[in-house]
Amino acid sequence: MAVIRDFALQGAQMLLVLLLSPLLTGFVRKLKARLLRRQGPPLLQPYRDLIRLMRKEVVLADNASWLFRVIPYFVFAATWIAASLVPTFRSGLLFSWSADLIAIIAVLASARFALALAGLDVGTSFGGIGSSREVMIASLAEPAMLMIVFAVALIAGSTQLSTMAAFMNSPEVGLRVSLGLALIALVIVAIAENARIPVDNPATHLELTMVHEAMVLEYSGRHLALIELSAALKLLLYISLIACLFAPWGLSSPAAGPWEFTVGAVAYVVKLAAGGALLAVFETVIAKMRVFRLPGFIGAALMLALLATLLRFVSGSF
Amino acid sequence: MVAYALCAVAALLALSPIAVAASAAPRGARAATSLVYGACLIITLILGAIALFALYRDSATTSVVTLPLGLPWLGAHFRIDALAAFFLVVVNLGGAAASLFALGYGRHEHSPQRVLPFYPAYLAAMNLVVMADDAFSFLVSWEFMSLTSWALVIANHELRENMRAGFVYLMMASFGTLMLLLAFGLLAGPGGNYTFDAIRTSQPAAIVAALTFTLALAGAGSKAGLVPLHAWLPLAHPAAPSHVSALMSGVMTKVAVYGFLRLVFDLLGTPAWWWSIVVLALGGITAVMGVLYALMQRDLKRVLAYSTIENIGIIFVALGLALAFQSEGLAAAAALSLTAGLFHVFNHSLFKSLLFFGAGSVLNATGTRDMEHLGGLIHRMPRTAVVFLAGSVAISALPPLNGFVSEWLIFQAILLSPQLPSWGLKLTVPAVGALLALSAALAAACFVRAFGITFLGRPRTPAASGAQETDGHSLAAMVLLATLCLIAGILPGLFIDALAPVVQLLVRGRMPVQNGVEWLSIVPIAESRSSYNGLLLFSFMIVSGATTAFAIHRLASDKLRRGPAWGCGYPDASVAMQYTADSFAQPIRRVFGTTLFRAREIGEMPRPGSTAPARLTVQLRDLIWDYGYAPIAIGVDVVADRLNYLQFLTIRSYLSLVFAALVLLLLVLAIWP
Repeated sequence: MAVIRDFALQGAQMLLVLLLSPLLTGFVRKLKARLLRRQGPPLLQPYRDLIRLMRKEVVLADNASWLFRVIPYFVFAATWIAASLVPTFRSGLLFSWSADLIAIIAVLASARFALALAGLDVGTSFGGIGSSREVMIASLAEPAMLMIVFAVALIAGSTQLSTMAAFMNSPEVGLRVSLGLALIALVIVAIAENARIPVDNPATHLELTMVHEAMVLEYSGRHLALIELSAALKLLLYISLIACLFAPWGLSSPAAGPWEFTVGAVAYVVKLAAGGALLAVFETVIAKMRVFRLPGFIGAALMLALLATLLRFVSGSF
Repeated sequence: MVAYALCAVAALLALSPIAVAASAAPRGARAATSLVYGACLIITLILGAIALFALYRDSATTSVVTLPLGLPWLGAHFRIDALAAFFLVVVNLGGAAASLFALGYGRHEHSPQRVLPFYPAYLAAMNLVVMADDAFSFLVSWEFMSLTSWALVIANHELRENMRAGFVYLMMASFGTLMLLLAFGLLAGPGGNYTFDAIRTSQPAAIVAALTFTLALAGAGSKAGLVPLHAWLPLAHPAAPSHVSALMSGVMTKVAVYGFLRLVFDLLGTPAWWWSIVVLALGGITAVMGVLYALMQRDLKRVLAYSTIENIGIIFVALGLALAFQSEGLAAAAALSLTAGLFHVFNHSLFKSLLFFGAGSVLNATGTRDMEHLGGLIHRMPRTAVVFLAGSVAISALPPLNGFVSEWLIFQAILLSPQLPSWGLKLTVPAVGALLALSAALAAACFVRAFGITFLGRPRTPAASGAQETDGHSLAAMVLLATLCLIAGILPGLFIDALAPVVQLLVRGRMPVQNGVEWLSIVPIAESRSSYNGLLLFSFMIVSGATTAFAIHRLASDKLRRGPAWGCGYPDASVAMQYTADSFAQPIRRVFGTTLFRAREIGEMPRPGSTAPARLTVQLRDLIWDYGYAPIAIGVDVVADRLNYLQFLTIRSYLSLVFAALVLLLLVLAIWP
C-alpha cells in the first residue's frame, strides 16, 4: 500500500511540473506585458501554442539526420526527469535519491549537449552561432552552478536535495554570508541557463545576439513544441530549486499527512508565482547585454560561488 | 599466475620476428596483418582473463616469479598483486580492442612492415612494466615501452612533422626515464637493493622521500602528459597509426599513472601533506589547460590527444585528494578518492580508445584528420557516428554514461575536504574543484565541437561527401567499447566493488560495499549524503522519451515533410557558410584564449573597389612551449656550440682532462660520508 502511495506521489509530482510549467511561462509573459502597459496574451496561451504546434506537421530540412529528430524527445525527457527530481511540494519522494543535485545538473547538461548538436546538424550559420554561444555560456555557468552546490553542500553536509532542504529548514542554519553569496550566484546562473534577459531574450527572433532561439531555429511542429515545453520546465526547475534551497518553508516532510500536503502545494504555487513575478520585474527593468559582456556577468557568479565556498572555511559561522 | 602471464608476454614478443618474416614474404603483408593482430587479440584476451582472475582471487596469495635475467645478482622479479592486476586488465582490454580494430584498420596501412613488428612488442612491454617487481626490470620494460612506441610514432616517416614528433617524444621519454632512474636510485639507497620488497621495508628519510616524490612525479607525469611536461603528447599520439594512438592515449598514459601509484603510494610509505597540494594543483591546471588546448585544435586526433591531457589532470586530482586524505589518516575518504581516480583510469581507457578508433575510421574513409574538411559524416558513416557520439557523451562527463560516474565520485570526495585539518588543503581542494568543474563544462563544449563539425552539418569537401562506412572489425571494436561505457555508467557499483582490493592495498581502507544497495544505486558515504542511480536515470530517460514520442505520434501528429533548410529565409547556398571548427571555438577563444594563448584575430580588408578576398587570421601562441621548452632548446644549442671546441684538442689535453676527471671523482668518493 505504501509503495503504491509512494509511486502515486512521484507520479503526481511528474504531472504537476509538466502541467504547471506552461502556466508559469504564461504568467511571466502576461506580467511582463502588463508592466509594459500592454494587454499581453492570455495566461493559458502557452498551452494553446503547444497544442497547436503538436498538431502541425514537421517541416524538416533536407539534410537533417535522425539525430535531429531524436534530440527533442531526449531533451524533453531529460529536462522532465530533472524537474521531477527537485522537491516541489514534498521532499523525500520515492526516486529522489536516484540523483543528487550534481547529477540533476549533469542531466540538464546532457540535454544542452544534445541541443547544441541539433543546432549544428542542419548546417546553417544560425544554428552554428547559437550552438557555439550556448556552449560558451554553459562553460561558465556550469562550473558556477557546481560551486554553488559545493557552497551549500559543505554547509548542509549533503548533496541530496531532500536532505539539503530539510537542513535549510532547520533553525541551525541561521543567516550566513556564504549562503547569501550562493543565492546571488544561483540567480545569475538561473537567468543564464534559462536564456532570459540580460543574457538572452526569449521573445526575440531574427536578431544576431540571440543564442537559444538561433540554436533551435530549424525546429518546427511537434519537435518545436517539445523544445518549448522543455524550456518552460527548465524555468520551473530553477525556480523550484531556488525555492527548495533558499525558501524551503512549507515543504512537507516524507511522513506528512494530507493537511501538510495541501499546505506544501499551496506554498509551492505561491513560491512559483513570487519567483515568476520577480523574474518579470527584473527582465523589464534591465536591458540585454552584448554577448561578449556575458563572461563578466556569469564569471561574477562563478567568483561569488567560489568565494562562498572559501568563506565557509574561514569561519564556521559564515 | 605470473608464470602464465609471462608465457603470454613471451608469445607476444615472439610475434615480432614472425611479423618481420611474414611481411617480408612476397604479398605476405595482408596475411601478416591478420596473423599478427589476430594473435595479439587472442593473447591479450588471455592476459586480461588472467589479470581479472588475479583481481578477484584472494589478494593475500600474490604469486612471484624470479627469472635469471638482467643484473646477475638480482635477477628479474615479476609479481601480480591487486594493483598490477587492475592495470593489467586496463592494458589488455585496451590491447584486445585495438587488435580487433586493427584487424580491419590495419589492412589500409601502406607500409605494414613498419608497424607489425613493433606492435606486439609494445603490448608486451606495457604488460612487463605492470608486472615488474624490481627497479631494474621496471626501468628496462619502461624504456622498452618508450622505444617501441617511438618506433610506431615514426611509422609514417615520410611526413616531416611525424619525424619531429618522434624526436620530441624521444627526448621527453629519455627525460622521464632519467627521472625514474634517479627516483629508484634514491629509494634503493647506497646498498643498491632494487627489489620492490626491499624498497618497501626500508624507511627513507624525509628529504629523500620528498626528492623521490618529486622525481617520480616528473618521470611518471612526463609520460602521462601532466602540464608542463605534456608538450610531446599532442605531437606523438596523433602521428602514430590510429590503433596505436588509441593504445598510447588510452593505455600507455595509464601505465604512467601506474608508475606513479606504485612509487608514491606503494613504495614510498606515508606521504607528507604538501605532496598532495603539488599533485592537486598540477592536476587541476592540467585538466583546464588540456581541454582549452583541445578546443583550439582543428586536427581531430590532436583534439583527442589534448583531451587525454585533460583526463590525466582529472585522474591526478583524484590521486592528489587520496594523498591528502591519506596523509591525514582519513582512510575512508582516501579510499573514495582513489576509487574515483582508478575508475576514471578505467573509464578513460574505454572512451579514449573508442574515440581514437572513430577518428581512425574517419581518417580511413576521408583521408583527412582536419575537421574543417569533414562534415555530414552521420549520413555516410551512420554506425561510426553512433559509437563516436557515445564516446563523446561519455568523455564529456554526462549521465548516463561512465565518465560522469567517476567525476561524480571525485566531486563527492572534494566535498569531504572539511575533514582535513590543514588550512592549505582546505583552501586548495575547493579551488581545484572549481577547476575540475570548469574542465568538465569545457570538455562538453569540446566534444560538441568535435562531433558536430565532423559528423553533422553538410559535407565540406568531396572527400567527406564520398566517405564509406568503416569495416566490420573496426565497428565491432567500437561497439564493444561503447557497450562497456554504458555498462560502467549504469552499473557502476560492480566496478567500484571490483576496485576494492586495489584500494585496500594502497590506502588500507575501502569504500562501502555497493553490491546489495537497493535498486543498484551507488552510495559513496551514506544515503542521506549522496547517491546516484545511473540505471534508473537511463531507464527513466528511455521510457519517458519513448512514451512521449509514441503519445505524440498517436494523439497529435506524425506528419513530416522535407524541405530546404529555413535559416531565417537566407538560403545558405555554399557549404562554406556553415560554422567551422574555428568559428565554433571563437567565443571560448575570446573568453579564455586572449590571456592563455595570446590569441589575436587579424582581419585584412581589401581596399574599396579591389576584388582581393578579405582575410581573417587567428594567431595562437603556446606559451608553455615558447617560455618553457624553447629557451631550454636554445640553451642546449648554445652550450653544445661552446663545448664544440673540446672535439679538437691535442692528445695531451685529452689525457690531462681524463686525469682531472679521475681525481675529481676520487675526491667526491673520499668526501662522501
